Amino acid sequence: MENSLDPAPPLLEVRGISKSFGAVRALQEVDFTLRAGEIHALLGENGAGKSTLIKVVTGVFPRDAGLVRLGDEEVAPRSAKSALQAGIATVYQEVNLLPNLSVAQNLFLDRQPMRFGIVREGEMRRRAKALLTEFGLDIDVAAPLGNYSVAIQHVTAIARAVDLSARVLILDEPTASLDRHEVEILFGIMRQLARRGIGIVFVSHFLDQVYEISDRITVLRNGRLVGERETASLPRLELIRMMLGRELAETTSSRAAASEQKAREVCASFENYGKAGYVAPFNLELRRGEVVGLAGLLGSGRTETARLVFGAERADGGQARVEGASVRLQSPRDGVRHGFGYCPEERKTDGIVAELSVRENIVLALQAKRGLHRPLSRREQDEIARRYVKMLDIRPPDAERPVGLLSGGNQQKVLLARWLATAPRLLVLDEPTRGIDVGAHAEIIRLIRELCDDGLALLVISSELDEIVTYSDRVVVLRDRVHVEELSGEAIDVTNILAAIAADGAAMQEARA
Amino acid sequence: MTELLPRRGLAQILALIVILAVDRVVSPQFFDLRLQDGRLFGSLIDVLNRGTPVALLSLGMVLVIATRGIDLSVGAVMAICGAIAASLADSHGLPVVLAAALGAGLICGLWNGFLVAVLGMQPIVATLILMVAGRGIAQLITEGRIVTFSSPDLVWLGNGAILGVPVPIAIALGMLILTGAVVRGSALGLLIEATGGNARASELAGVGTRAMILAVYVWCGVCAALAGVIAAADIMGADANNAGLWLELDAILAVVIGGTSLFGGRFSLVLAVLGALIIQTMNTGILLSGYPPEFNLLVKAVVVLAVLLLQSPKLSGFAGIMVRLRRTKP
Repeated sequence: MENSLDPAPPLLEVRGISKSFGAVRALQEVDFTLRAGEIHALLGENGAGKSTLIKVVTGVFPRDAGLVRLGDEEVAPRSAKSALQAGIATVYQEVNLLPNLSVAQNLFLDRQPMRFGIVREGEMRRRAKALLTEFGLDIDVAAPLGNYSVAIQHVTAIARAVDLSARVLILDEPTASLDRHEVEILFGIMRQLARRGIGIVFVSHFLDQVYEISDRITVLRNGRLVGERETASLPRLELIRMMLGRELAETTSSRAAASEQKAREVCASFENYGKAGYVAPFNLELRRGEVVGLAGLLGSGRTETARLVFGAERADGGQARVEGASVRLQSPRDGVRHGFGYCPEERKTDGIVAELSVRENIVLALQAKRGLHRPLSRREQDEIARRYVKMLDIRPPDAERPVGLLSGGNQQKVLLARWLATAPRLLVLDEPTRGIDVGAHAEIIRLIRELCDDGLALLVISSELDEIVTYSDRVVVLRDRVHVEELSGEAIDVTNILAAIAADGAAMQEARA
Repeated sequence: MTELLPRRGLAQILALIVILAVDRVVSPQFFDLRLQDGRLFGSLIDVLNRGTPVALLSLGMVLVIATRGIDLSVGAVMAICGAIAASLADSHGLPVVLAAALGAGLICGLWNGFLVAVLGMQPIVATLILMVAGRGIAQLITEGRIVTFSSPDLVWLGNGAILGVPVPIAIALGMLILTGAVVRGSALGLLIEATGGNARASELAGVGTRAMILAVYVWCGVCAALAGVIAAADIMGADANNAGLWLELDAILAVVIGGTSLFGGRFSLVLAVLGALIIQTMNTGILLSGYPPEFNLLVKAVVVLAVLLLQSPKLSGFAGIMVRLRRTKP
């Protein structure tokens, strides 16, 4: 390298990587540098491009531009397998090993010790045992992998990767399903591997863990590199700002001032509502004509709160009331019956029925609510579809077009139309503007306000804090699956939200220092 | 974007016409019809008559497949219900016989639906259970024999005629109309297509996806029962070993030829029945041609391939293939 004084020369160097999927630019000229022996956290919110970057570097996706250098040579893997051969191993959150094979077989899959064309089971087990002992694991390697916990499966996957002479180890959300003790074990192994000179990329949305384990942090946002910092010298608030924020314009709620004094009718309320291991019990009141924003990092319990409120997930404690009357929300059907609507974050998998037409997608919830025996006639369906296509300006204005062929923004509008057609009292919107182009983005926000002015109660999740600040009357901030703060009126601004998200962690950092 | 809309039905009708034309060449009397003893006879009537069991099965199967399921047990259910009908035919009246047989089919459907909708088993595995066990149950009912009967009522069901039209054909037509009326007259059709198209999304939209799935398996069982009764009535006996054997595959084939994807979603009842007729027209044609029946299987495979290629809008030419390749991005 030109700088010979660099203490640790880069092990993996990624320069100017770009990748588009159709019109969506998932990565734009992203750089990433990994040194030997370091643990490097790769951070960003959903859709920031972390997974795409990993997949491009490991050859799962072909790249549009840029280069990847491993040590001194340029590499261009065509598949995860060839990346592995080059020395870049990836362990995904969903361990991609074979649970019905034994631990030993998994470790030596494809390269079993053979003699006369027969697998030497004994030899394989002995070597498997030795390998895992290095990782501090003393388990029966002949038992099926699926019998063991996710943590052990992870360690097995890592052991296999390292044994395949990996120099770069990419861990994609390895701790998502591990408990505290298992995380400690995994971190121990990571530190040990780093000491051996292996470079580790650690993708996680648990910031405490990032601060605990990583040496450096690279942050992506909307497919672009935001920055690369030393973990020790990056305050948590600054990190969150990098992950979430544009430059912090001190926007305050445009609604707050006007609406603060009005006493509003409560249309749904939740007391001590929660589910163990999902979201801690919370209190939440939703009022007519009011937007409540849910803010927090990915994995903080925003979507989980939304699903509990709608009935897509069953609470194991607490009390839900609609118009003052106590209700049970056991299924989406219950939610729909009580006049709730829910636009999920994953539009494609949880929202639209791609093959069906715009009209059919729009009438779906209303028809489900009416029941089988009261079908909407074709004329009624056409009428409803026409009304909402016009009202929400769905393009192209063809109600018979399969909804899968529409753009993301228009699909989102179709989902909104689906719920508006049921005349709901409460609408839950999970990331309503994600993956939508700028024009449609502004339109959706305008719609949210209009709906609210019409007396609807709205619960809106967004990672875009500016956005939340703009339309919310109140903002609930979540951290680690707990509702930690509720802001209202003048108090709603990006700085306060960020402070609430970061508060606890900052305190912990101070305590540690 | 009209080129993306499937030309629904065109491929099937075209295929049927071609096969009919070939049949005409093979057997010059193919289109001859004659009335004898108040019943129509002729090769065309024969096709319709013999095609009835598969047509009935495909009426149930198409709904199951629309929910992204499959029912392998319909052949076995035919055997069970045929056995029940044959055993009761000489001792009970037709209403009792029919009620017992259709009731059994309903229970079989409930069982399948329970496994798939409530226990969440994979449809192919869940219905495999009854496919295997069902034939055993049928053999237990017939005590391992071929049960014959002479009840004129039941025999009429297989061999009689209404206004010249053989009763099985009338029943199949009636069931097509009934199923169509229920499915398209209520919201069932839309909700089934939504469930098959995207079950998670439908569930979140408040659709009772489990109830939908349960309902289609029950209906599939009832259709299979009716097919079983007709098959038994046709031969005036029940053969637990051979009644409905492999017909589940013909029914699936009929549905696929009818343009309903095995991945669920959009379905067409009429085209599924048309698919059943295509299969039967082929079978009859090969029989008439004097070729050994072994050819049947090969010819069937070729025709099925042709129909499927015709249906695929993306494969309608080499240009189509190129477009497809370009679109197949990860």
